[in-house]
Amino acid sequence: MGDRKEAIAITMGWIGESVDSIKSLQIRQVLTQAVSLGMIVTSALIIWKALMCITGSESPVVVVLSGSMEPGFKRGDILFLHMSKDPIRAGEIVVFNVDGREIPIVHRVIKVHEREDTGEVDVLTKGDNNYGDDRLLYAHGQLWLQRHHIMGRAVGFLPYVGWVTIIMTEKPIIKYILIGALGLLVITSKD
Amino acid sequence: MHSYGYRVNALLTFAITILAVMSAMASLSDNLNSPTPFVHAQVSLSLSLRSVIHSFLNLTSFNRVSVQVTNINWFQKQPNGDDEVSMTMNISANLQSLFTWNTKQVFVFLAAEYETPKKPLNQISLWDGIIPSKDHAKFWIHTSNKYRFIDQGSNLRGKEFNLTMHWHVMPKTGKMFADKIVMPGYKLPEEYR
Repeated sequence: MGDRKEAIAITMGWIGESVDSIKSLQIRQVLTQAVSLGMIVTSALIIWKALMCITGSESPVVVVLSGSMEPGFKRGDILFLHMSKDPIRAGEIVVFNVDGREIPIVHRVIKVHEREDTGEVDVLTKGDNNYGDDRLLYAHGQLWLQRHHIMGRAVGFLPYVGWVTIIMTEKPIIKYILIGALGLLVITSKD
Repeated sequence: MHSYGYRVNALLTFAITILAVMSAMASLSDNLNSPTPFVHAQVSLSLSLRSVIHSFLNLTSFNRVSVQVTNINWFQKQPNGDDEVSMTMNISANLQSLFTWNTKQVFVFLAAEYETPKKPLNQISLWDGIIPSKDHAKFWIHTSNKYRFIDQGSNLRGKEFNLTMHWHVMPKTGKMFADKIVMPGYKLPEEYR
Protein backbone atom coordinates (compact mmCIF):
# COMPACT_ATOMS: atom_id res chain seq x y z
CA MET A 1 0.00 0.00 0.00
CA GLY A 2 2.85 2.40 0.80
CA ASP A 3 4.61 1.65 -2.49
CA ARG A 4 1.47 2.39 -4.45
CA LYS A 5 1.09 5.72 -2.71
CA GLU A 6 4.67 6.63 -3.49
CA ALA A 7 4.29 5.66 -7.14
CA ILE A 8 1.15 7.73 -7.45
CA ALA A 9 2.84 10.72 -5.83
CA ILE A 10 5.82 10.50 -8.20
CA THR A 11 3.56 10.26 -11.22
CA MET A 12 1.46 13.23 -10.18
CA GLY A 13 4.58 15.26 -9.55
CA TRP A 14 5.87 14.55 -13.05
CA ILE A 15 2.55 15.48 -14.61
CA GLY A 16 2.47 18.68 -12.61
CA GLU A 17 5.93 19.67 -13.77
CA SER A 18 4.99 19.02 -17.38
CA VAL A 19 1.89 21.16 -17.13
CA ASP A 20 3.87 23.98 -15.55
CA SER A 21 6.47 23.71 -18.28
CA ILE A 22 3.86 24.02 -21.01
CA LYS A 23 2.19 26.96 -19.33
CA SER A 24 5.50 28.78 -19.08
CA LEU A 25 5.94 28.66 -22.86
CA GLN A 26 4.22 32.03 -23.19
CA ILE A 27 2.00 31.27 -26.12
CA ARG A 28 1.61 34.94 -26.96
CA GLN A 29 5.33 35.37 -27.57
CA VAL A 30 5.48 32.33 -29.86
CA LEU A 31 2.55 33.63 -31.87
CA THR A 32 4.20 37.03 -32.15
CA GLN A 33 7.35 35.44 -33.51
CA ALA A 34 5.40 33.43 -36.06
CA VAL A 35 3.46 36.49 -37.18
CA SER A 36 6.67 38.51 -37.52
CA LEU A 37 8.24 35.84 -39.69
CA GLY A 38 5.15 35.68 -41.86
CA MET A 39 5.13 39.45 -42.21
CA ILE A 40 8.71 39.45 -43.44
CA VAL A 41 8.06 36.79 -46.06
CA THR A 42 4.84 38.34 -47.30
CA SER A 43 6.40 41.82 -47.38
CA ALA A 44 9.09 40.52 -49.71
CA LEU A 45 6.48 38.95 -51.97
CA ILE A 46 4.35 42.09 -51.98
CA ILE A 47 7.30 44.30 -52.85
CA TRP A 48 8.26 42.05 -55.76
CA LYS A 49 4.72 41.92 -57.10
CA ALA A 50 4.38 45.69 -56.75
CA LEU A 51 7.60 46.15 -58.70
CA MET A 52 6.24 43.89 -61.42
CA CYS A 53 3.11 46.03 -61.66
CA ILE A 54 4.98 49.32 -61.67
CA THR A 55 7.55 48.34 -64.27
CA GLY A 56 5.25 46.27 -66.45
CA SER A 57 7.90 43.58 -66.70
CA GLU A 58 7.70 40.07 -65.35
CA SER A 59 11.27 40.38 -64.18
CA PRO A 60 11.84 43.95 -62.90
CA VAL A 61 15.34 43.34 -61.57
CA VAL A 62 17.95 41.11 -63.17
CA VAL A 63 21.55 40.31 -62.34
CA VAL A 64 24.23 40.44 -65.03
CA LEU A 65 25.81 37.00 -65.25
CA SER A 66 28.27 37.34 -68.11
CA GLY A 67 30.65 39.89 -69.54
CA SER A 68 28.99 40.33 -72.91
CA MET A 69 28.11 43.97 -72.25
CA GLU A 70 31.40 45.09 -70.72
CA PRO A 71 32.59 47.67 -69.94
CA GLY A 72 29.11 49.10 -69.54
CA PHE A 73 27.72 46.24 -67.48
CA LYS A 74 29.93 43.90 -65.55
CA ARG A 75 29.18 40.59 -63.90
CA GLY A 76 27.46 41.29 -60.60
CA ASP A 77 25.66 44.49 -61.62
CA ILE A 78 21.91 44.55 -61.21
CA LEU A 79 19.72 46.11 -63.86
CA PHE A 80 16.35 47.75 -63.38
CA LEU A 81 13.97 46.99 -66.22
CA HIS A 82 10.92 48.72 -67.54
CA MET A 83 8.48 47.54 -70.18
CA SER A 84 5.96 49.77 -71.88
CA LYS A 85 4.11 50.09 -75.14
CA ASP A 86 6.78 52.36 -76.58
CA PRO A 87 8.28 50.92 -79.74
CA ILE A 88 11.61 49.14 -79.65
CA ARG A 89 14.31 51.29 -81.19
CA ALA A 90 17.95 50.83 -82.12
CA GLY A 91 20.37 51.37 -79.27
CA GLU A 92 18.05 50.31 -76.49
CA ILE A 93 19.31 47.67 -74.09
CA VAL A 94 16.63 45.00 -73.99
CA VAL A 95 16.14 41.83 -71.99
CA PHE A 96 14.84 38.99 -74.08
CA ASN A 97 14.00 35.33 -73.78
CA VAL A 98 15.12 32.81 -76.34
CA ASP A 99 12.98 29.73 -76.86
CA GLY A 100 14.72 26.83 -75.20
CA ARG A 101 16.84 28.97 -72.88
CA GLU A 102 16.03 29.51 -69.22
CA ILE A 103 18.03 32.64 -68.49
CA PRO A 104 17.12 35.93 -70.17
CA ILE A 105 19.79 37.82 -72.09
CA VAL A 106 20.52 41.54 -71.84
CA HIS A 107 21.90 42.95 -75.09
CA ARG A 108 21.66 46.04 -77.25
CA VAL A 109 19.43 46.47 -80.30
CA ILE A 110 21.41 47.16 -83.46
CA LYS A 111 18.77 46.67 -86.15
CA VAL A 112 15.03 47.29 -86.30
CA HIS A 113 12.56 46.63 -89.09
CA GLU A 114 8.95 47.52 -88.38
CA ARG A 115 6.12 46.15 -90.48
CA GLU A 116 3.33 48.44 -91.52
CA ASP A 117 0.48 45.96 -91.69
CA THR A 118 0.84 44.18 -88.37
CA GLY A 119 2.96 46.61 -86.39
CA GLU A 120 5.22 43.66 -85.66
CA VAL A 121 8.87 44.48 -85.34
CA ASP A 122 12.00 42.51 -86.29
CA VAL A 123 14.89 43.19 -83.92
CA LEU A 124 18.53 42.13 -84.04
CA THR A 125 20.67 42.41 -80.92
CA LYS A 126 24.33 42.28 -80.02
CA GLY A 127 26.39 42.40 -76.85
CA ASP A 128 28.70 45.43 -76.77
CA ASN A 129 31.65 43.22 -75.90
CA ASN A 130 30.83 40.50 -78.43
CA TYR A 131 32.30 40.34 -81.88
CA GLY A 132 29.22 39.29 -83.80
CA ASP A 133 25.48 39.66 -83.53
CA ASP A 134 23.21 37.38 -81.52
CA ARG A 135 21.88 35.12 -84.24
CA LEU A 136 23.97 32.31 -82.82
CA LEU A 137 22.11 32.73 -79.52
CA TYR A 138 18.63 32.71 -80.99
CA ALA A 139 16.67 29.53 -81.50
CA HIS A 140 17.84 27.43 -84.41
CA GLY A 141 16.79 29.04 -87.66
CA GLN A 142 15.57 32.22 -85.99
CA LEU A 143 16.98 35.40 -87.53
CA TRP A 144 15.07 38.13 -85.67
CA LEU A 145 13.51 38.78 -82.31
CA GLN A 146 9.90 39.85 -82.16
CA ARG A 147 8.03 41.84 -79.56
CA HIS A 148 6.92 38.82 -77.59
CA HIS A 149 10.51 37.75 -76.96
CA ILE A 150 11.36 41.01 -75.21
CA MET A 151 10.73 41.23 -71.48
CA GLY A 152 11.85 44.77 -70.82
CA ARG A 153 14.43 47.43 -71.43
CA ALA A 154 17.17 48.48 -69.05
CA VAL A 155 16.72 51.93 -67.53
CA GLY A 156 19.24 51.94 -64.71
CA PHE A 157 21.66 49.82 -62.77
CA LEU A 158 23.64 49.43 -59.57
CA PRO A 159 27.14 47.97 -59.58
CA TYR A 160 28.32 45.06 -57.41
CA VAL A 161 24.99 44.50 -55.62
CA GLY A 162 24.18 41.40 -57.62
CA TRP A 163 27.19 39.46 -56.37
CA VAL A 164 25.11 38.20 -53.44
CA THR A 165 22.76 36.48 -55.86
CA ILE A 166 25.58 35.04 -57.96
CA ILE A 167 27.36 33.60 -54.95
CA MET A 168 24.19 32.05 -53.58
CA THR A 169 23.38 30.54 -56.97
CA GLU A 170 26.82 29.06 -57.49
CA LYS A 171 27.30 27.82 -53.91
CA PRO A 172 23.91 26.58 -52.69
CA ILE A 173 25.34 25.59 -49.31
CA ILE A 174 26.01 29.26 -48.58
CA LYS A 175 22.41 30.03 -49.46
CA TYR A 176 21.04 27.48 -47.01
CA ILE A 177 23.40 28.56 -44.26
CA LEU A 178 22.41 32.19 -44.77
CA ILE A 179 18.69 31.47 -44.80
CA GLY A 180 19.01 29.25 -41.75
CA ALA A 181 20.98 31.89 -39.87
CA LEU A 182 18.46 34.58 -40.72
CA GLY A 183 15.61 32.34 -39.68
CA LEU A 184 17.23 31.55 -36.34
CA LEU A 185 17.96 35.22 -35.81
CA VAL A 186 14.35 36.18 -36.35
CA ILE A 187 12.97 33.39 -34.20
CA THR A 188 15.33 33.93 -31.29
CA SER A 189 15.18 37.71 -31.13
CA LYS A 190 13.52 38.99 -27.96
CA ASP A 191 12.36 42.42 -29.07
CA MET B 1 19.88 47.08 -26.17
CA HIS B 2 23.63 47.45 -25.79
CA SER B 3 24.89 44.08 -26.90
CA TYR B 4 27.56 43.89 -29.59
CA GLY B 5 25.09 42.28 -31.95
CA TYR B 6 22.76 45.26 -31.81
CA ARG B 7 25.62 47.68 -32.27
CA VAL B 8 26.96 45.87 -35.34
CA ASN B 9 23.46 45.69 -36.79
CA ALA B 10 22.88 49.41 -36.32
CA LEU B 11 26.27 50.25 -37.80
CA LEU B 12 25.73 48.10 -40.89
CA THR B 13 22.26 49.47 -41.44
CA PHE B 14 23.53 53.02 -41.20
CA ALA B 15 26.43 52.32 -43.57
CA ILE B 16 24.19 50.76 -46.19
CA THR B 17 21.72 53.61 -45.87
CA ILE B 18 24.50 56.12 -46.44
CA LEU B 19 25.67 54.20 -49.51
CA ALA B 20 22.16 54.15 -50.94
CA VAL B 21 21.71 57.88 -50.36
CA MET B 22 25.06 58.66 -51.98
CA SER B 23 24.19 56.52 -55.01
CA ALA B 24 20.83 58.24 -55.36
CA MET B 25 22.39 61.68 -55.06
CA ALA B 26 25.05 60.84 -57.65
CA SER B 27 22.39 59.62 -60.05
CA LEU B 28 20.09 62.57 -59.43
CA SER B 29 22.91 65.03 -59.96
CA ASP B 30 23.09 63.86 -63.58
CA ASN B 31 19.78 65.59 -64.18
CA LEU B 32 21.51 68.90 -63.58
CA ASN B 33 23.70 68.41 -66.63
CA SER B 34 22.48 69.93 -69.88
CA PRO B 35 24.53 68.21 -72.56
CA THR B 36 25.03 69.95 -75.87
CA PRO B 37 27.05 68.02 -78.44
CA PHE B 38 28.10 71.22 -80.14
CA VAL B 39 31.09 73.24 -79.18
CA HIS B 40 30.17 76.76 -78.25
CA ALA B 41 32.65 78.91 -80.08
CA GLN B 42 34.60 80.81 -77.50
CA VAL B 43 34.60 84.56 -77.76
CA SER B 44 38.21 85.52 -77.54
CA LEU B 45 38.96 88.75 -75.72
CA SER B 46 42.51 88.55 -76.92
CA LEU B 47 43.34 89.14 -80.53
CA SER B 48 46.59 87.26 -80.41
CA LEU B 49 47.28 85.10 -83.40
CA ARG B 50 47.40 81.92 -81.35
CA SER B 51 43.96 82.36 -79.83
CA VAL B 52 42.46 83.35 -83.16
CA ILE B 53 43.86 80.28 -84.85
CA HIS B 54 42.75 78.11 -81.93
CA SER B 55 39.20 79.42 -82.08
CA PHE B 56 39.10 79.01 -85.82
CA LEU B 57 40.28 75.42 -85.66
CA ASN B 58 37.76 74.63 -82.95
CA LEU B 59 34.99 76.21 -84.93
CA THR B 60 35.71 74.59 -88.26
CA SER B 61 36.88 71.21 -87.09
CA PHE B 62 34.55 70.22 -84.29
CA ASN B 63 31.72 72.66 -84.19
CA ARG B 64 29.09 69.98 -84.68
CA VAL B 65 28.38 66.35 -85.20
CA SER B 66 29.22 65.63 -88.80
CA VAL B 67 29.06 62.55 -91.00
CA GLN B 68 30.13 62.42 -94.61
CA VAL B 69 29.67 59.38 -96.79
CA THR B 70 32.86 59.53 -98.80
CA ASN B 71 32.46 56.39 -100.88
CA ILE B 72 30.03 53.62 -101.74
CA ASN B 73 32.36 50.65 -101.69
CA TRP B 74 29.91 48.25 -103.24
CA PHE B 75 26.19 47.89 -103.68
CA GLN B 76 24.68 44.54 -104.63
CA LYS B 77 21.62 42.40 -104.43
CA GLN B 78 22.19 39.28 -102.38
CA PRO B 79 21.23 35.83 -103.70
CA ASN B 80 18.21 35.86 -101.39
CA GLY B 81 16.99 39.10 -102.97
CA ASP B 82 17.95 41.56 -100.21
CA ASP B 83 19.98 44.64 -101.10
CA GLU B 84 23.27 45.20 -99.34
CA VAL B 85 25.53 48.23 -99.42
CA SER B 86 28.93 48.98 -97.94
CA MET B 87 30.08 52.56 -97.54
CA THR B 88 32.99 54.56 -96.17
CA MET B 89 32.25 57.45 -93.83
CA ASN B 90 33.97 60.30 -92.07
CA ILE B 91 32.46 60.66 -88.61
CA SER B 92 33.34 63.55 -86.33
CA ALA B 93 31.72 64.67 -83.10
CA ASN B 94 32.36 66.41 -79.82
CA LEU B 95 30.42 64.72 -77.05
CA GLN B 96 32.41 66.08 -74.13
CA SER B 97 29.40 67.81 -72.64
CA LEU B 98 27.78 64.42 -72.00
CA PHE B 99 30.30 63.58 -69.31
CA THR B 100 29.63 64.29 -65.66
CA TRP B 101 31.41 63.06 -62.60
CA ASN B 102 29.04 60.08 -62.50
CA THR B 103 29.62 58.99 -66.11
CA LYS B 104 31.31 55.66 -66.70
CA GLN B 105 31.13 55.58 -70.48
CA VAL B 106 29.20 56.88 -73.44
CA PHE B 107 28.07 54.39 -76.04
CA VAL B 108 27.78 56.18 -79.36
CA PHE B 109 26.50 54.67 -82.58
CA LEU B 110 25.51 55.75 -86.05
CA ALA B 111 22.34 54.30 -87.56
CA ALA B 112 20.84 54.55 -91.01
CA GLU B 113 17.09 55.12 -90.90
CA TYR B 114 14.76 54.89 -93.87
CA GLU B 115 11.31 53.74 -94.84
CA THR B 116 10.11 51.32 -97.48
CA PRO B 117 6.61 50.61 -98.79
CA LYS B 118 6.05 47.65 -96.48
CA LYS B 119 8.20 48.75 -93.56
CA PRO B 120 7.68 52.33 -92.43
CA LEU B 121 10.63 52.22 -90.09
CA ASN B 122 14.04 50.65 -90.59
CA GLN B 123 16.99 51.34 -88.33
CA ILE B 124 20.34 49.75 -89.07
CA SER B 125 23.36 50.44 -86.92
CA LEU B 126 26.38 51.10 -89.14
CA TRP B 127 29.06 51.87 -86.60
CA ASP B 128 29.37 52.07 -82.85
CA GLY B 129 32.01 52.90 -80.30
CA ILE B 130 32.49 53.22 -76.58
CA ILE B 131 33.94 56.48 -75.30
CA PRO B 132 35.57 55.72 -71.95
CA SER B 133 36.42 59.25 -70.85
CA LYS B 134 35.96 62.91 -71.64
CA ASP B 135 39.38 63.09 -73.26
CA HIS B 136 38.23 60.68 -75.95
CA ALA B 137 34.88 62.35 -76.54
CA LYS B 138 36.14 64.62 -79.29
CA PHE B 139 36.89 62.40 -82.23
CA TRP B 140 37.18 62.11 -85.97
CA ILE B 141 37.31 58.74 -87.66
CA HIS B 142 37.32 57.41 -91.17
CA THR B 143 35.74 53.97 -91.40
CA SER B 144 33.57 51.66 -93.40
CA ASN B 145 30.36 50.43 -91.86
CA LYS B 146 30.99 47.99 -89.05
CA TYR B 147 27.66 46.20 -89.40
CA ARG B 148 26.23 45.08 -92.67
CA PHE B 149 23.71 47.44 -94.21
CA ILE B 150 21.18 44.93 -95.51
CA ASP B 151 17.61 45.72 -96.37
CA GLN B 152 14.78 43.27 -95.80
CA GLY B 153 13.94 43.35 -99.45
CA SER B 154 15.19 45.09 -102.55
CA ASN B 155 14.36 48.71 -101.80
CA LEU B 156 17.70 50.48 -101.52
CA ARG B 157 18.32 51.70 -105.08
CA GLY B 158 18.01 55.46 -105.08
CA LYS B 159 16.82 55.34 -101.47
CA GLU B 160 17.06 58.48 -99.39
CA PHE B 161 17.96 57.87 -95.77
CA ASN B 162 18.87 59.67 -92.56
CA LEU B 163 22.01 59.08 -90.61
CA THR B 164 21.30 59.39 -86.91
CA MET B 165 23.97 59.60 -84.27
CA HIS B 166 22.72 58.18 -80.97
CA TRP B 167 24.48 58.27 -77.64
CA HIS B 168 23.72 56.35 -74.46
CA VAL B 169 25.25 57.75 -71.32
CA MET B 170 25.99 54.95 -68.89
CA PRO B 171 26.60 56.18 -65.35
CA LYS B 172 28.67 54.63 -62.61
CA THR B 173 25.39 54.04 -60.83
CA GLY B 174 21.76 54.85 -61.45
CA LYS B 175 19.69 55.88 -64.44
CA MET B 176 20.86 55.76 -68.02
CA PHE B 177 20.22 58.57 -70.52
CA ALA B 178 19.98 58.49 -74.28
CA ASP B 179 19.57 61.03 -77.06
CA LYS B 180 20.34 61.50 -80.73
CA ILE B 181 20.92 63.88 -83.61
CA VAL B 182 19.21 63.20 -86.93
CA MET B 183 21.12 64.14 -90.08
CA PRO B 184 18.89 63.90 -93.17
CA GLY B 185 19.74 64.13 -96.82
CA TYR B 186 21.75 61.03 -97.68
CA LYS B 187 20.98 59.03 -100.80
CA LEU B 188 22.09 55.73 -102.25
CA PRO B 189 22.95 55.24 -105.93
CA GLU B 190 20.27 54.40 -108.46
CA GLU B 191 22.22 51.46 -109.82
CA TYR B 192 24.13 48.59 -108.32
CA ARG B 193 27.90 48.78 -108.54
